[in-house]
Amino acid sequence: MKNVIPVLTVVLAILVIWYGSAVMLNKQWVLDQAARQDRVLTTPELIAETWAQDKPKLPAPHQVALELWDTVAMKKPTSKRSLVYHAWVTMSATVLGFGLGTLLGFALAVGIVYNRVMDKSVMPWVIASQTIPILAIAPMIIVVLNAIGISGLLPKAMISMYLSFFPVVVGMVKGLRSPDAMQLDQMRTWSATRAQEFWRLRLPASMPYLFASMKIAMAASLVGAIVGELPTGAVAGLGARLLAGSYYGQTIQIWSALLMAAALAAALVGLIGLIQRITLKRMGMA
Amino acid sequence: MIWIVAGLIVWALGLWANVRLSKRKTSAAALAVPVIFGLVLVFVWEAVVRGFGISPVLLPAPSVIAARFGQSSGVLWQDFVQTVLKGALTGYVLGCGAALLTAIVVDRFDFLRRGLLPVGNFVAALPIIGIAPILVMWFGFDWQSKAAVVVVMVFFPVLVNAVQGLADTSAMQRDLMRTYAAGYWTSLWKLRLPAALPFIFNGLKIASTLALIGAIVAEFFGSPITGMGFRISTSVGLLQLDLVWAEIVVAALAGSAFYGGVALIERAATFWHPSQRGR
Repeated sequence: MKNVIPVLTVVLAILVIWYGSAVMLNKQWVLDQAARQDRVLTTPELIAETWAQDKPKLPAPHQVALELWDTVAMKKPTSKRSLVYHAWVTMSATVLGFGLGTLLGFALAVGIVYNRVMDKSVMPWVIASQTIPILAIAPMIIVVLNAIGISGLLPKAMISMYLSFFPVVVGMVKGLRSPDAMQLDQMRTWSATRAQEFWRLRLPASMPYLFASMKIAMAASLVGAIVGELPTGAVAGLGARLLAGSYYGQTIQIWSALLMAAALAAALVGLIGLIQRITLKRMGMA
Repeated sequence: MIWIVAGLIVWALGLWANVRLSKRKTSAAALAVPVIFGLVLVFVWEAVVRGFGISPVLLPAPSVIAARFGQSSGVLWQDFVQTVLKGALTGYVLGCGAALLTAIVVDRFDFLRRGLLPVGNFVAALPIIGIAPILVMWFGFDWQSKAAVVVVMVFFPVLVNAVQGLADTSAMQRDLMRTYAAGYWTSLWKLRLPAALPFIFNGLKIASTLALIGAIVAEFFGSPITGMGFRISTSVGLLQLDLVWAEIVVAALAGSAFYGGVALIERAATFWHPSQRGR
């Protein structure tokens, strides 16, 4: 709890800088408008107007908060104008992709730890696979999958999966190898089979690593889902809101979608953190 | 049919060779196994595309992509300069530099460290890529906006890692510096920055892949008529998938070279660290 005051100070500083930058960035437009109407603005008037534009370069925090309140609480969650609806669309793709990616990563990690050929041949390519900027080719993947009849949730989930399997592979390989020689020897003296060694020693030992990489994977998965929504023609989802906002210059809408994405990321990562704490506590590791 | 059989044979051969090779412990074998795996993968891809007659609109064969790569090398080079050299690299240098300076300031003041680090950790997990449309709106369509996106993307991972690294020295080591009557700057320069280097390089490596992604994705929100992101999004619309794949090859090569370069510098700079020794 001793971090509360510093954190609040930093957040406050960010808000102050935000309001200040809003004045700086929006000033020009307000001055131009005033010059056109032959009005002379006093400084307080100028500041007030920079914080209340329809399409500002940088909306003030309270404008974004108002828009968020308007689209989250005041609209029906099933309506297309509700941000909850868009967040739901993005979240379902994120969670599906995250689930698939975690399963794939888990399977690959078990293969890599238990099979020498896989260890030598697959691991370098798993690393190389991440140098391909999948986010950059997301549009193509969506279009190609659409062409062979896969559309809707799955293409976005595939991109999320591609992004989220990597941290799980790396973390789980590390975790499954974390029991030291002494512990492995102990299992051998109990004449444990390979399956028993896996279920009783390696898997429990890898849990902290698994949760740490699942948090990274979830964040990556959300980014994948959002970028995956960009080329779908702006139908639904937070990515679509971002794209529509940037087409029509609706900065307030962009910022509220961004904050919603941030809240979603925080909630999903926080959920994993909660599961982590409960699981590790029950295993006696925390 | 011939292609499918050939693909199966090559796959079996590659698997057999890898099983044999992976039992040896020479460094040549360690290099050969992934290379064989990759070659087999490319060949099977070619065989599947030809054998099943997959339309080039869906998945072009590697040979077609290679041909396209040779044909449009001029365009590819232009895009590479625009996106990687101007956008990603400028942003990377600026962002990492700013993050390192901030880290030193943050480390100096404990209040800032306790306040900024949780916020930085939170921001590092956010979908930062979402600010791309805003920055494109602010800085225009050319590479400056791409560099700005990259700056924001790389800033927090590097900051968090650097601050963690600067705190990594033990009380004993710091006391030793004090017995030498070393001041803040001397002990920062001689002890704490070198000790932080492994952490900093970890952040720099993460940032190197982020930089490329940021520069490319930012181009989806508006760009001049060069750039890898621009080329990818327009070529998909024109169904020129071979050109898209050629861009992907360029991106993968550039990304690997970028990451590899940082890793090489890391090896030279932190040769004393346990993770770099004994290889």
